[in-house]
Amino acid sequence: MNIIANLFKSSLGKKYIMAVTGGALFLFVVGHLLGNLQFFLGPEVINRYGHFLQANQEILWPARLGLLVMAALHIWSAVKVSAENRAARPVPYADWHPTVASYASRTMLLSGVIIAAFVIYHVLHFTVQTKSINFTGQSFVALRDTEGRHDVYRMMVAGFQVPLVSGFYVLAMALLCLHLSHGIGAMFQSLGWKDEVYGPWIDRSAKMLAWLIFLGYVSIPIAVLLGYGKEAVK
Amino acid sequence: MNLTLKVWRQKNATAPGRFEAYEAKDVLPEMSFLEMLDVVNEELMERDEEPIAFDSDCREGICGTCSLVINGIPHGGRKGATVCQLHLRHFKEGDTITIEPWRAKAFPVVRDLVVDRSAFDRIIQAGGFVSVSTGGVPDANAIPVPKADAELAMDAAQCIGCGACVAACKNASAMLFVAAKVSHLGLLPQGKVEKDRRVAKLVEAMDAEGFGNCTVTGSCEAVCPKEISLHFIARLNRDYAVAMLKGRAV
Repeated sequence: MNIIANLFKSSLGKKYIMAVTGGALFLFVVGHLLGNLQFFLGPEVINRYGHFLQANQEILWPARLGLLVMAALHIWSAVKVSAENRAARPVPYADWHPTVASYASRTMLLSGVIIAAFVIYHVLHFTVQTKSINFTGQSFVALRDTEGRHDVYRMMVAGFQVPLVSGFYVLAMALLCLHLSHGIGAMFQSLGWKDEVYGPWIDRSAKMLAWLIFLGYVSIPIAVLLGYGKEAVK
Repeated sequence: MNLTLKVWRQKNATAPGRFEAYEAKDVLPEMSFLEMLDVVNEELMERDEEPIAFDSDCREGICGTCSLVINGIPHGGRKGATVCQLHLRHFKEGDTITIEPWRAKAFPVVRDLVVDRSAFDRIIQAGGFVSVSTGGVPDANAIPVPKADAELAMDAAQCIGCGACVAACKNASAMLFVAAKVSHLGLLPQGKVEKDRRVAKLVEAMDAEGFGNCTVTGSCEAVCPKEISLHFIARLNRDYAVAMLKGRAV
């Protein structure tokens, strides 16, 4: 008996890995959104939140490493499964009709790759705070509020005032919404938690959650582009 | 009515294939799609040309032998119908129709539109059965079966093994087929005994045949002539996870 080997080798095992890691990443996306939305409660609240996270390195680093492992396994299973799927149909159809297969379901790999590219940029932009890629000419590391904490509020306003940065952010969130609109439902399916009773409800909730996540995330760059918080960066 | 057919022609498994155009002249709207191909084949034979090879048997939608992809949809896109139950009245005068075989690595083309589906037989041989000890006939009511379970098992048992699910799936996955067999046999008391071993063996055989993985697009369910529900795949995933956690899937 070797459950672990079977998990990584069998077709269904790989789908379990995909679903569980996707679920974990989804929970992070929700938590991160709730954290971000404190932006609208003003500099004091979001800066305190940022400081709280940064001050607890013992929690921060295990969480980061955990997320990294989840992302790595999610990507590994996606690459492996996609390669097998391609190999399963060596001769393509000349004429192929997708019938009910949604656009989201057919483009999971593509949306995933672009989201991954965004995540790398996003981490460099706001976490590592690489000066050269924020297009503002200033370093975010130096931003401090009156209490000496990192000024997350000013960083977000200055960062999103760059239309190119906000544009990429909105595009990535749109693709995340697309990815989740299929992914959340598929996660329940892959783990066998879907049936005639809960199935339709899960699918509707998945689409609604994907939209809420999209609207929640893009509300920040759009508010900033519309002038919200500009007094903070003067 | 008159139709133009773009048909995949391939001499054998190793020869390269290509599309050939044929005219189906003066065919009737009442004809089934396969009858129309019979007419075209008769003309071809009269001209001493090789007829188009395609699979068919019962021609009443219950055997699962006919297998054509018509305009990109296995069985032609009529809900709950095999291609033998598709009639020309669903096409328009002068239509050009593309006809292809099932396309999957696990279903190699034998000739023209005929594919070898013995991969399905090998999956069934691996565990798609109920072992019955012989002996006297048991009393009919000795084993109680809940009505809901019986209904669900019968829904799954409708699968005729045509392979349209594989043909429609963008990943050429056979999971709807395997899921149907797992629920069909595993839901009833006689088949429950071997449930864990069966699901493990079937998935192992499915993977070995080189079918793709399920990405939950729902295409299989949409083209299935027996309208087998996608929920059976969720049930397969559940059953396999249970078997795996019990240490019975290796």
